[in-house]
Amino acid sequence: MVGEISDAIIRVRDITVQFGKTRILDGLNLDVKRGEILGFVGPSGAGKSVLTRTIIGLVPKVAGRIEVFGVDLDKASTAERRGVERRWGVLFQQGALFSSLTVRQNIQFPVREYLNLSQRLLDEVMVAKLGMVGLKPEVADRFPSELSGGMIKRVALARALALDPELVFLDEPTSGLDPIGAGDFDELVRTLQRTLGLTVFMVTHDLDSLYTACDRIAVLGNGKIIAAGSIADMQASQHPWLQQYFHGKRARAVMG
Amino acid sequence: MSADPTLERIAQGNGLALCAAGSWTARFAPVLEKMVADAEKLRGSRPNIFIDVSQVSKLDTFGAWLIERLRRSLTEGGIEAKIAGLSANYSSLVDEVRRVKAEPVVQARSVTITGMLEQIGRSVAGVGGTLVGLIEMLGAVLAAAGHVLIRPRGFRLTSTVHHLEQVCWRAVPIVVLITFLIGCIIAQQGIFHFRQFGADIFVVDMLGVLVLREIGVLLVAIMVAGRSGSAYTAELGSMKMREEIDALRTMGFDPIEVLILPRMLALVMALPILAFLGAMAALYGGGLVAYLYGGVEPEAFLLRLRDAISINHFIVGLIKAPVMAAVIGIVACVEGLAVQGSAESLGQHTTSSVVKGIFLVIVMDGVFAIFFASIGM
Repeated sequence: MVGEISDAIIRVRDITVQFGKTRILDGLNLDVKRGEILGFVGPSGAGKSVLTRTIIGLVPKVAGRIEVFGVDLDKASTAERRGVERRWGVLFQQGALFSSLTVRQNIQFPVREYLNLSQRLLDEVMVAKLGMVGLKPEVADRFPSELSGGMIKRVALARALALDPELVFLDEPTSGLDPIGAGDFDELVRTLQRTLGLTVFMVTHDLDSLYTACDRIAVLGNGKIIAAGSIADMQASQHPWLQQYFHGKRARAVMG
Repeated sequence: MSADPTLERIAQGNGLALCAAGSWTARFAPVLEKMVADAEKLRGSRPNIFIDVSQVSKLDTFGAWLIERLRRSLTEGGIEAKIAGLSANYSSLVDEVRRVKAEPVVQARSVTITGMLEQIGRSVAGVGGTLVGLIEMLGAVLAAAGHVLIRPRGFRLTSTVHHLEQVCWRAVPIVVLITFLIGCIIAQQGIFHFRQFGADIFVVDMLGVLVLREIGVLLVAIMVAGRSGSAYTAELGSMKMREEIDALRTMGFDPIEVLILPRMLALVMALPILAFLGAMAALYGGGLVAYLYGGVEPEAFLLRLRDAISINHFIVGLIKAPVMAAVIGIVACVEGLAVQGSAESLGQHTTSSVVKGIFLVIVMDGVFAIFFASIGM
């Protein structure tokens, strides 16, 4: 289903993940190309988040191989692995901001760990990152509990971008945002992808995001990728779930 | 790709070109910052300065910002500094950075004597607030209890039994073990010192009075404050953090009635039971040591114990238990509901729940000692 792509930034081969006796992913293959925004869809509970978490190494797999930036994550030494981790950023579904640190400290935290920078530069770049995700410098000294849901997502994105990663994983970035906020967020992801040359792996349920932000779409079902391609390919697909997803009531509303 | 970054100065007529080259990335940030700071001194020295970035091989947000910082400070000299030779790849990044507003507000929080005095003042004033909070909670719990008495269907039996299992049944092994050991230690020390006067047998008097009146209940109360008080605070605190308590309120439930009353009842029932079991374990431990170490026969021990203590000692201990339980429970619940949004706040309130609980238990014990002494019990 997925052909070999030479400039793949993530290469997932025959991944199997199971919890107890339930098999979540069953011999899954997926490639993510450098510089694209890949939208990842599938029914609830199909294992979209599990695949994301498997790639970033939070869920152990039973079999298969994962290469990120050409590094096989199973064979990589600790130093190599840290090198890869420094080049990606992750936006968790609930933001996962450190609740006892301010916005400023949250964004500066990874930078401070990996790089030796002056406080002035740290502060200035922090303001630049906040600007990039559409927030004012005034929020820098607030705590996560004092932010709205949309702001938490933006701050979390700023933190994911703090080290100028080449690859970002976004787990349902627009869930829980109002349609305007979600639209802004899609636009933001697009802009950042252009300016920073990012590759984006986005798990989403939002049809609008798929239409406006994604270059390519992969669909998960029965533990495998059942389809991958452009939005036009998806609409042309005969798969029953895809038919329902892209030709259902909501899809027609989006396509207007 | 990762060539060391440079910033050369090339004179062009009466102008000056600053040629940036190499990789302007975060990895080289300390070097870059120094170069940029040096170049900033050129401000106003020439009528025309521009920054040529055509040789830059790699640029990230940090590098782009430093170029922008240089451009801004050169422009402050009066003449607009321009950035030239920007490749299409990087122009959007530089544009993005250019939109950043000037200096962030950096707040300096310095430690001053007045600041420290202010802190002390606030803490002292906070003590009053804490007391009022405790009394308020006591009132709210009593009101909820009254409400439940009038309308018994509102009473949550399952929840109460669940908490009773948690704070009482599951606490039995550790409470019995610790009080047993304490009983052993008291007996051993007593025998060791009393033996010098040939008064071995009086160890039974000491053990009986101490365990039944004071140590038994006090020690168990301290253990319960550490074990269950902290659990209550952490449970209620994380429910508060995740807005579960707000959710209850909006559904028309009183959190005091649903969450706090069952916990309080469970604790008030649990502490006398645990104190009784603890006292028995301590007496048993003491008796065992008296027999093995002091050679006091069990029959002699029991006979002496019956003479030495009256039922009053036992009653005094058990009267104190539910009151101490109420104090621990109220402190734990007040702290739990005071938790703010952060994990740190949860930790702070759990700590202060245990500290305040233990402190108040000891204060209560002192008050009781005076009270019982004056009524002659």
